[in-house]
Formats: sequence, structure tokens, C-alpha cells
Amino acid sequence: MYRAAIATLVLLTASAAFADGGLVTLRGETPLDVSTTPPPMPSVVNTDIREVRGWPEQPPVIPHHIDNYQIDLNVNRCLTCHGRTAVGASQAPMISITHFMGRDGQVLAAVTPRRFFCTQCHVTQSDVRPIVGNDFKDVDDVIKAMGKP
Amino acid sequence: MWRLVRRTWAVMRRPSVHFSLGFLTLGGFLMGVVFWGGFNTALEATNTEAFCISCHEMRDNVFQELRQTIHYTNRSGVRASCPDCHVPHRWTNKIARKMQASKEVWGKIFGTISTREKFLAHRLTLARNEWARLEANDSLECRNCHSAESMDITRQSSRAVQAHERFLFSGEQTCIDCHKGIAHRLPDMRAAALRPDPAAMGDARRFLAAMEE
Ligand code: HEC
Ligand code: HEC
Ligand code: HEC
Ligand code: HEC
Ligand code: HEC
Ligand code: HEC
Repeated sequence: MYRAAIATLVLLTASAAFADGGLVTLRGETPLDVSTTPPPMPSVVNTDIREVRGWPEQPPVIPHHIDNYQIDLNVNRCLTCHGRTAVGASQAPMISITHFMGRDGQVLAAVTPRRFFCTQCHVTQSDVRPIVGNDFKDVDDVIKAMGKP
Repeated sequence: MWRLVRRTWAVMRRPSVHFSLGFLTLGGFLMGVVFWGGFNTALEATNTEAFCISCHEMRDNVFQELRQTIHYTNRSGVRASCPDCHVPHRWTNKIARKMQASKEVWGKIFGTISTREKFLAHRLTLARNEWARLEANDSLECRNCHSAESMDITRQSSRAVQAHERFLFSGEQTCIDCHKGIAHRLPDMRAAALRPDPAAMGDARRFLAAMEE
């Protein structure tokens, strides 16, 4: 009973939230038994210009395409440019020291297993209108708003 | 035996009494055309993607992977098919490649890569043969479609420009040095070099060693 009430509440608020924005589901208003024509995939930003990070520990977003870059037990394409010994030829930024640190902070000789699968944390960007808004504030703005220098 | 040879030679030397010289020349020419053409047609028939993927070894492994890549679908609508990358278009190289292809028939009969597991186990060896070939011919097949001279680097991404200016235009490296795995998934690269940094896989090697521990 209690659960059903929560579910109804969630559904009601959800439909209220979407009703005015026009966003019903990603399928739009197409009935379930009809296939929609999917919207074209937006292309990936490939400017090669590094993006500003929202906060210091943010994994930087990837400013280049990564189509078909293989990351598995056989090979890690990213490391062929971002690995320590690779940056001379590639002129890419080296993976930072945190990528060499194990769970207990010990620095290893090579990339740590928990940072091997780069796209777990780093993603490419597309130039699209965000589906949902976001009021994230940069720490500088927060400090300014608090009246401190 | 010797007599037979001598007698045949004598016949061959005797001028023809029934056919004119003109007929013989023309006939010889026509027969040449027919044989040469037939040879070429046979060669052309084996030079299609349909032929390559008539073998499940080729269809179930490499072909499926090719379909995910830019050489299968792209904005220009130009497709690279198996023979574009694997059989040189130049006549002499073409013959040489065909001779090597008989090894594949051998492989088919003895089933060297007849299952997925066998294919994966054998993959590095096969890939290495291809890399060696492309290194030796300065990536001839790639250059049949892409020429360094016609590349407009002002329209390339800056990572591409950086790499091409420093290593390609200077003749230091060739396409396959950097673009391995452009059409298929790569085999276990712990034992092979991948540019820009052949040593970078050391990281993966150590990663795997850590996993095995
Ligand atoms: C061919 C070399 C190359 C490969 C392969 C490559 N990168 Fe990069 N990457 C670069 C270069 C060079 C830059 C510097 C900006 C630029 O030129 O795009 C960069 C920038 C980045 C940045 C931004 C760093 C920052 O501080 O803003 C991230 C994150 C990144 N790459 C992640 C990846 C990941 C993840 C992969 C694998 C999926 C990858 N890269 C594969 C060359 C490469
Ligand atoms: C667990 C999440 C995670 C994984 C996995 C990961 N990174 Fe990062 N990466 C980060 C974070 C967080 C930062 C920024 C803070 C820092 O340097 O630790 C970062 C920073 C970077 C930078 C910028 C370094 C600099 O000094 O400017 C590069 C380049 C990068 N990562 C590449 C990679 C590559 C290549 C891989 C795969 C081998 C990878 N990362 C895997 C979280 C990750
Ligand atoms: C008779 C079935 C069959 C056909 C048809 C076939 N292949 Fe193969 N292919 C094989 C087998 C089996 C192997 C593994 C040979 C070995 O064990 O060395 C192989 C290996 C290869 C290799 C690895 C080369 C090497 O030197 O190790 C390439 C590249 C290749 N095939 C491309 C092609 C192309 C391109 C075509 C079409 C022109 C084609 N194959 C048609 C069965 C076939
Ligand atoms: C039959 C002609 C043909 C052959 C042969 C060929 N390519 Fe391509 N290649 C293309 C076409 C067409 C495109 C896509 C162009 C576009 O629409 O952007 C392409 C795209 C590429 C790209 C760009 C990938 C990207 O993500 O933008 C690279 C890199 C490339 N080829 C490398 C190679 C290499 C290396 C070889 C040799 C092993 C090769 N090509 C052989 C026709 C060919
Ligand atoms: C020194 C290494 C290197 C060599 C040699 C090299 N390339 Fe590249 N190439 C790159 C890098 C790095 C990129 C950009 C990253 C990517 O697209 O994955 C690139 C990108 C490309 C692109 C896409 C261009 C773009 O703006 O996205 C094409 C097409 C291409 N290469 C073709 C070739 C051909 C053909 C050859 C041989 C004639 C060749 N490359 C030789 C490293 C190299
Ligand atoms: C754009 C060029 C290109 C096209 C198109 C292409 N290949 Fe390949 N192929 C390569 C390269 C380069 C290698 C060397 C290994 C690597 O770098 O992935 C290779 C390797 C192979 C191998 C050895 C095993 C392996 O995966 O390394 C086989 C078998 C093969 N190709 C068959 C085919 C068949 C069959 C087709 C058509 C369905 C095809 N290839 C289309 C470029 C191409």
C-alpha cells in the first residue's frame, strides 16, 4: 500500500515535470507498437582544444574523437598516446600521477588496474542542447557569492 | 626418346602447308587473348569481397569487425572492401599475393583457424604477416586510395596534422605504423609494437601481469 502510494507520487511528479517541457520520453509521443526514426547521432567534438574542468578533481573531458579506439585486455589505444613513454611522439598530456596510484595510494610503475579502462571516467562531448538543465556553480562563483575575495 | 624429340622438332620447323602465315599469326594472337583474358577473369573473380567471405573463417571474424568501422560506412559513401586492402592492384604484386593465397586453401583444408578460439589464438601471426607486407610496400594499398600528397592538412584535426607532419611527410613512418587495427580488432599487442609509442603497451603488460598475480 505504502509502496504503491510512493509509486503514484513519483509518477505524478514525473508527468508534471515533463508535461510543460514537452519532453515525454526519449521516444517522443510515438505509440509503443510503432518504431520511431531515431534522431541523428550528434557528432563528437573533435576540436583538440582542452576544456576547462569544473573542479580540480574532475576527470577532464576528451577533446578529440575516440571512434574505434580499442580498450581491452589486448590493447589500450589511449596509452599509445597518453602513456608515460608515449608523450614524446604524441605530444599528448601524460596521464597524471593519480593514474599510477593503487587503492592505498602507493605509486606503481605503470598505470594502475583501476584506471586502465579510461572511458569509465573520461568522456567525449557533443555540441547539443542539454535535455535537462543544471545549476552547477563554479567554486570561484560560490566564493564570490559568499563575499570573500 | 631422343628420336621422338628430333622428329617433333622437325615437324615444328617445317613451314605450314595448309595455313597462311597471316592466319597463324592472327590465330596465335586470338588464342593469347583468350587465355590471358580467362586467366584475368579467374583472377578478378577471386578479387571480390563476396569471394573472401564465402569462407566462414573470413566472414564470422574479420568481416563482422570491418562492418563497425569507417571503411564500411562513412559520409562519403566510398567503401573499402577486402581486396582493396589485401590484394595489391599492381600486376606483379597481384601474382605474388595469389601464390600466397594457396597457403590459405591449405589452411582451410587443415582448419588452422576453423573455430573462433583457433582464430584468436592464431590472430597475432596472421596480423603480423599483414603488417610486414604493408611495411615492406610502404602501405601501398592504403595509398591507392589515400595519398599523402593530396592530403589537405588544413582540413585535418590537429592531432592528425601533428602526427602526419612529423612522421609521415618526413618519410620516417608509414600508414600502417600508426594505423594498425584500422579495419579489424587488434590481437594481443603485448608482443607487438603500436605507434606512436611501441613501448606504451608496457603499461598494459604490467597491468595484465598484475591481474594474473
Ligand atoms: C593519437 C594520440 C591520442 C590518442 C590515441 C588518444 N589521445 Fe587523448 N589526447 C591526445 C592529445 C594530443 C591531446 C591534447 C588535446 C588535443 O590535441 O586533442 C589529448 C587530450 C586528451 C584529454 C584532455 C586532457 C586535459 O587535460 O584536458 C583526455 C581526457 C584524453 N585525451 C583522453 C583520452 C582517452 C580516454 C583516449 C582513449 C579512448 C585517448 N585520449 C586517446 C592524443 C591522443
Ligand atoms: C577512475 C577514474 C579514471 C580513470 C579510469 C582514468 N582517469 Fe584520467 N583522470 C581522472 C581524474 C579524476 C583526473 C583529474 C585529476 C587527476 O589528475 O587525478 C584525470 C586526469 C587525466 C588526464 C589529465 C592529466 C593532466 O595532468 O592534465 C589525462 C590525460 C587522463 N586522465 C587520461 C586518462 C587515460 C588515458 C586513462 C586510461 C588509461 C584514464 N585517464 C583513466 C580519472 C580517471
Ligand atoms: C578457402 C577459404 C578462404 C577464402 C575464400 C579466403 N580466405 Fe583468407 N584465410 C583463410 C584461412 C584458412 C586463413 C589462415 C591461413 C593460415 O593458417 O595461415 C586465411 C588467412 C587470411 C589472411 C592472413 C594472411 C596471412 O598471411 O597470414 C588474410 C589477410 C586473408 N586471409 C584475407 C583474405 C582475402 C582478402 C580474401 C579474398 C580475396 C580471402 N582471405 C579469402 C581462408 C580463406
Ligand atoms: C578503397 C579505398 C580505401 C582504402 C584501400 C583505404 N581507405 Fe582509409 N578511408 C577510405 C574512405 C572512403 C574513408 C572515409 C572518408 C570519410 O568519409 O571521411 C577512409 C578513412 C580513413 C581514415 C580516417 C578514420 C577516421 O576516423 O576519420 C583513416 C585513418 C584511414 N582511412 C586509414 C587507412 C589505412 C591505414 C589504410 C590501409 C590499411 C586505408 N585507409 C585503406 C578509403 C580507403
Ligand atoms: C606517425 C603516425 C601516423 C602515420 C605514419 C600516419 N598517420 Fe594518419 N593519423 C595519425 C593520427 C595520430 C591521427 C589522428 C587520430 C585519429 O584519427 O585516430 C591520424 C588521422 C588520419 C586520418 C583522419 C584525418 C582526420 O582529420 O581525422 C586519415 C585519413 C589518416 N590519418 C590517413 C593516413 C594515411 C593514409 C597514412 C599513410 C599515407 C597515415 N595516415 C600515416 C597518425 C599517423
Ligand atoms: C582498410 C583496409 C582493410 C580492409 C577493408 C580489410 N582489411 Fe583485413 N586487415 C587490414 C590490416 C591493416 C590488417 C593487419 C592487422 C590489423 O592492423 O588489424 C588486416 C588483417 C586481416 C587479417 C589477419 C587477422 C587479423 O585480424 O589481424 C585477415 C584474416 C583479414 N584482414 C581479412 C580481411 C577480410 C576478409 C576483409 C573483408 C571483409 C578485410 N580484411 C578488409 C586492413 C584491411
